Amino acid sequence: MKRVQFRRPIFPFLLLIPQLAIIAVFFYWPAGEAIRGSFYLEDPFGFSSTYVGMDNYTDTVTGSEYVSVAKFTLGFTAVVAFFSLALALLLAVKADSVLRGAKTYRTLLMWVYAIAPPVAGLFGILLFDQAIGPFTKIAQSIGWDFKLGVNYWDSATAMVIVAVWKQIPINFIFFLAGMQSVPMAVREAALIDDPSGPSRFFHVIFPLLAPTAFFLLIINITYALFDTFGIIDILHKGEPGNNPVTLVYKVYLDGFRGNDLGGSSAQSVILMVLVLILTVVQFRFMERRVHYT
Amino acid sequence: MAQVTISSVNKIYPNGFHAVKDADFHIKDGEFIVLVGPSGCGKSTLLRMFAGLEDISTGEIAIDDRVVNDVDPAQRDIAMVFQNYALYPHMTVYKNMAYGLKRAKKSKEDIEIAVQKVAKMLDLTPLLDRKPSQLSGGQRQRVAMGRAIVRSPKLFLFDEPLSNLDAKLRSQMRIEVRRLQRDLGVTSVYVTHDQVEAMTMADRIVVLNAGKIEQIGTPAQIYQSPASVFVATFMGAPPMNMLEGGFKDGTLTLSGGGVIPHHSHGANGPVSIGIRPEKVTLQAEETPGALPFTYEFTEDLGAVKLVHGLLGGERFIVHTHEEAIIGDDAKFLSIDGGSVHVFDVNTGQRID
Ligand SMILES: Nc1ncnc2c1ncn2[C@@H]1O[C@H](COP(=O)(O)OP(=O)(O)OP(=O)(O)O)[C@@H](O)[C@H]1O
Ligand SMILES: [Mg+2]
Repeated sequence: MKRVQFRRPIFPFLLLIPQLAIIAVFFYWPAGEAIRGSFYLEDPFGFSSTYVGMDNYTDTVTGSEYVSVAKFTLGFTAVVAFFSLALALLLAVKADSVLRGAKTYRTLLMWVYAIAPPVAGLFGILLFDQAIGPFTKIAQSIGWDFKLGVNYWDSATAMVIVAVWKQIPINFIFFLAGMQSVPMAVREAALIDDPSGPSRFFHVIFPLLAPTAFFLLIINITYALFDTFGIIDILHKGEPGNNPVTLVYKVYLDGFRGNDLGGSSAQSVILMVLVLILTVVQFRFMERRVHYT
Repeated sequence: MAQVTISSVNKIYPNGFHAVKDADFHIKDGEFIVLVGPSGCGKSTLLRMFAGLEDISTGEIAIDDRVVNDVDPAQRDIAMVFQNYALYPHMTVYKNMAYGLKRAKKSKEDIEIAVQKVAKMLDLTPLLDRKPSQLSGGQRQRVAMGRAIVRSPKLFLFDEPLSNLDAKLRSQMRIEVRRLQRDLGVTSVYVTHDQVEAMTMADRIVVLNAGKIEQIGTPAQIYQSPASVFVATFMGAPPMNMLEGGFKDGTLTLSGGGVIPHHSHGANGPVSIGIRPEKVTLQAEETPGALPFTYEFTEDLGAVKLVHGLLGGERFIVHTHEEAIIGDDAKFLSIDGGSVHVFDVNTGQRID
């Protein structure tokens, strides 16, 4: 890599300013506000606020609703991450054996990733629509009276399916790229050493994919936790009622619908800590990661 | 230990490219066969058909009377050493060597004994816990050898296993590989494009050209009676000098003038004449049978010298140890008896 040496160290900082400004305005400032707000009780009209210490936090984590949403979020994240990874890996394995190197298929699958979450949600609504949705029809034909937005677990199913469907392509691309970077000769050596295909995958290919898989796991957890907001909002048509929501969605509900700014801030601070932990885990792992050469 | 029979084997790739044409030969038990030829001549393709990594389009390969055309690579009882070693990057040296045995359902104790024995043989014992990325090129090469040996296969396959090593290590390993193979007595097929490897290691050499076998023979046969112009010029460094000439009234004459001493008296007509650079002597004085030589320049390799010049108007290289007669003194050249090769001008085939 070519290194450019600046004579005055100020110039690089000048170049960084726009980026830093954006981060400050859209991230650090709101984050700071959230942390501050989480220690205050604000009246709904914003006229006055009272310092209440950790009350917002204790109220939040002891609230039975919060605990149940947290439990649902945990389950939702686990299920979404598991299925998006597992299905993507399955597809990648199949694709890898069929097309060593063909790019069109990869690009086609990548398109799905270019769809914004709310749009994915809209597709989901069509899919699960009470009157015309094909999924609803299929469910009914096997005796499942599927009602999106009415039955708690039916809504949960729809959320999982749309979220998984949306995430598969990116996982697929990463897995496929990972598989295609396993040297041909290593596969061939395995072919000579090991008569069983599944065993070769398990002992040789998958371990070489492990760094990719771990990276994707973190990405998928983050996705299920945070990026599914748009999907959920559209599927619930903005009216969650007693349908399942995730922690992020609850922050929005409590803050903007419930006007409980203090509680909502406390919740977002908890989520920020969660992101921080995920990031640390990821960086720790990346550092220790074995570089195979 | 096994013998291998290759019967009219052809390889036609899906794109229609005919990479191996009618390969037909027999490998004896314990023999070390070297496949040699220029890049792209189909050496690897042929080797990979032995391994089962490439389908056999037509024909048959049999290892010990068992036709292996439809047998999985892992069931053929072979082991292969790859050019870039193809070690499993995530496994330690020990696991790299043990993997095949484990998958062949050998007991833990047997695996331990086998791996330790081979590790000792190859000086790998202190490296058993390392990953391939923590090894030098030469060490990786030995691990690749070890992985092949530990399976005690019927047939070793090598695809240019030494080509990634530096010159010194390569000549060491050449001897090492051959010694191991002799001790173990395992039938081996070794691919290389390095003719020194071919000459020094092989029991028999198979020379390939554009998918066709040009000649099969011991290194001595290949050197002393090359079957074609291709073999004559491919094997030997510097390559054999090729001159135009022909038989005229029973004598072999150069197109540029001069009679070449030759034992046979072919039919009249043009031929290609091959003379090895090391089978001629330069001299200052004319003697009976000597041909006039025009000196151009000398490449000095220390122990030997390559004298470049013209013979009958055509480029000619002389390989010599003599200090005395080089430079412009070298005015004449005499050809050692019985070292002239004659080939058909059209087919390139040897005429005896
Ligand atoms: N999968 C393939 N499809 C079509 N042609 C191929 C394929 N693999 C190899 N070939 C062609 O077959 C010929 C022989 O290839 P091969 O790899 O056997 O050469 P080689 O003698 O081992 O050469 P090198 O010394 O460079 O390794 C080459 O011309 C190559 O282009
Ligand atoms: Mg090759």
